[in-house]
Amino acid sequence: MKPLARFNRFFSRLPLHMAVILMCVLWIIPTLGLFVTSFRSRQAVSTTGWWETFLPQPQAVGKPEYTQYCTACHGATGKALPAADLSSPVKVNQFPSAASLLVMLRNPVNGAPHLLNTTPLPSAPKDSLASLTPIVTYLQTLSGQGQNTTRLTLSNYVDAIVGYKGIQDYLSDCKNNVASTKAVFNCNISDVTNPAGMGDALINTLIVTIPTTLLVIVIAALAAYAFAWLDFKGRQWLFALLIGLQIVPLQMSLVPIAQMYVKLHMQSTFLGIWLFHTGFGLPYAIYLIRNFIGSLPREMFESAYLDGANHWAAFRRLALPLSMPAIASLGIFQFIWVWNDFLVAKIFLSSHPVLTVQITNLIDPRGQNWHILTGAAFLSFLVPMIVFFAFQRSFVHGLLAGSVKG
Amino acid sequence: MVPRIMKQGRLAPWFYLLPALVLMTIFIVYPTIGTFRLSLLGATSTQSAATTCTAGQPCWGILENYRYALTNPDMLLALRNNALWLLLMVPGTIAGGLFFALLADRVRYENVAKAIIFMPTAISFIGAGIIWRFVYDVESGGGPQIGLLNAIIVGLGGKAVTWLSDPAINNFSLMVVGVWLWAGFCMTILSAAIKGVNTEILEASRVDGANEWQVFWEILFPSIQTTIVVVTTTMAIIILKIFDVVFVMTDGNFGTEVIANRMFTLIVTNAGQSTAIAVILIILTIPIMIFNIQRFRKEEAAR
Repeated sequence: MKPLARFNRFFSRLPLHMAVILMCVLWIIPTLGLFVTSFRSRQAVSTTGWWETFLPQPQAVGKPEYTQYCTACHGATGKALPAADLSSPVKVNQFPSAASLLVMLRNPVNGAPHLLNTTPLPSAPKDSLASLTPIVTYLQTLSGQGQNTTRLTLSNYVDAIVGYKGIQDYLSDCKNNVASTKAVFNCNISDVTNPAGMGDALINTLIVTIPTTLLVIVIAALAAYAFAWLDFKGRQWLFALLIGLQIVPLQMSLVPIAQMYVKLHMQSTFLGIWLFHTGFGLPYAIYLIRNFIGSLPREMFESAYLDGANHWAAFRRLALPLSMPAIASLGIFQFIWVWNDFLVAKIFLSSHPVLTVQITNLIDPRGQNWHILTGAAFLSFLVPMIVFFAFQRSFVHGLLAGSVKG
Repeated sequence: MVPRIMKQGRLAPWFYLLPALVLMTIFIVYPTIGTFRLSLLGATSTQSAATTCTAGQPCWGILENYRYALTNPDMLLALRNNALWLLLMVPGTIAGGLFFALLADRVRYENVAKAIIFMPTAISFIGAGIIWRFVYDVESGGGPQIGLLNAIIVGLGGKAVTWLSDPAINNFSLMVVGVWLWAGFCMTILSAAIKGVNTEILEASRVDGANEWQVFWEILFPSIQTTIVVVTTTMAIIILKIFDVVFVMTDGNFGTEVIANRMFTLIVTNAGQSTAIAVILIILTIPIMIFNIQRFRKEEAAR
């Protein structure tokens, strides 16, 4: 393609690119905001927006005074005079206080008094010091020396993992021996599994998610084989029923099953939630795998049978290995689904909170601890995100198998 | 169809099916019947719902819980909101997903762009609620706005909006979160359908002078119609059951109540009313259920 033609093509497609990129940006901004926020200090989270982290110059103390007295000569960023670069830490460290700055200002510069051509400082030393103190602070900010509110921290993550709910942060409380924190925490590595924290919730989530996923796969594969390659009375009818069951709202089962679990002493047990999730995962899982196994070539099963294989052998040696793609997508789908579940875990496993439930436990009713929630939320995203990006193709495949091709 | 040659015992299939059938019976079929029964009983499931009637008030006898589910102001609000969610969010996610699938189909970085839109599908509703709090936050004390939307509005000289507590707009604020979460799901499925359309037909009609608009409506859209129907029914089911987004962002306050959240709120305090709401929920899904089974029957017949 000639350069000009390529250029024309690019321009004619510019609106398309802009629309695609704009939508991507819109989609990613909310998550990006939370991600940035999760590394900001408690004070920063509650006082300024997350985007201020990226602004080169935060609104700082002393900016009006600096503008009034210094901008005309030194410029807004302090770099206008190369010989007196106010954004250089070396220069700024020469006058650590307003008094030392005043002494310097009283000295003639290039044979003339400082501030000659701009607004003069008040002549009374007390008044001029009052104006200079904020300027010193501002110079420190300019040079990157001052109290930086945009400093990033990992304390939100630490607080979330241990389940800290105090007014400072876990690590500094432990360092300063704060009594209220010492009463709840051991201040050593064992706090990672504190029952109120995300660390413990992560373990609970894994205990819920992994066995459920395996159970669903095994039981669904068995049933799917029967629906695809075995003959029994009422096969069509039963499979149609299965399609109906796919969309029964989970809410239908909550109350009766909760009452049944109380009778069987199964409330808040892992066994109870494994079985519940498995029961509700099965209709879709069987449907998905059956569609896949059913589309395998019939001749293959026939020749296996002629070679003396029975159904069990055909299931284990042919159907199961060959339907691995479908099983993989089902596994990923089921894993992410159970990982993100809130309602079932809230009702059936309240004494062993999983990640989603623990996040809501961490919420302070007065809204004082958003900073911890940001860390907690991102911790809960970590595993599904990794699974999602690592197995995206399989995940998509699992979605499609259930819908596009019936 | 099962090959004739593969003989089997009469009982064999049931060994394969047994674990699945037992679990589905215990966790889906039996509780569904149980829920119907409980919905006719009182708050603690010990006596008939008819006994909860108060003298001088309207009473539906044994269906008293349904009187609550269909006439209580909270429930009417929830029903209205669910209808609103269905009417706006189903077309919203599908149109958004389809639009993006069509656009992304024409650029080279399609996979990256689609992954970005699809990513929220992997995020929990609870996490999404926290993400969006930082978009919708409002600072009423006079300090700087830390919510993104209000910071933009105030920055442009406007007045901060209470996105989540203003009954005139908060339902729409929640639906935006829903679209953000689910448009990627619709896009993925629709995009696969678009890829399956024969490109030669599309090219031929373009050569014949059809513009993109005509190509879409006259060729592409009819070709992916089945998929659109599937996505529509799937989304309708998801939205009928919508719960987590509302629970975590407003807990149904300020006029954002939905059916599933009402059911959850009552689950501890009044099992009768809670299960009656669950029954309403399943009755609403029955038409979709029948539709899906009929579609399956048709596909099986065509195999």
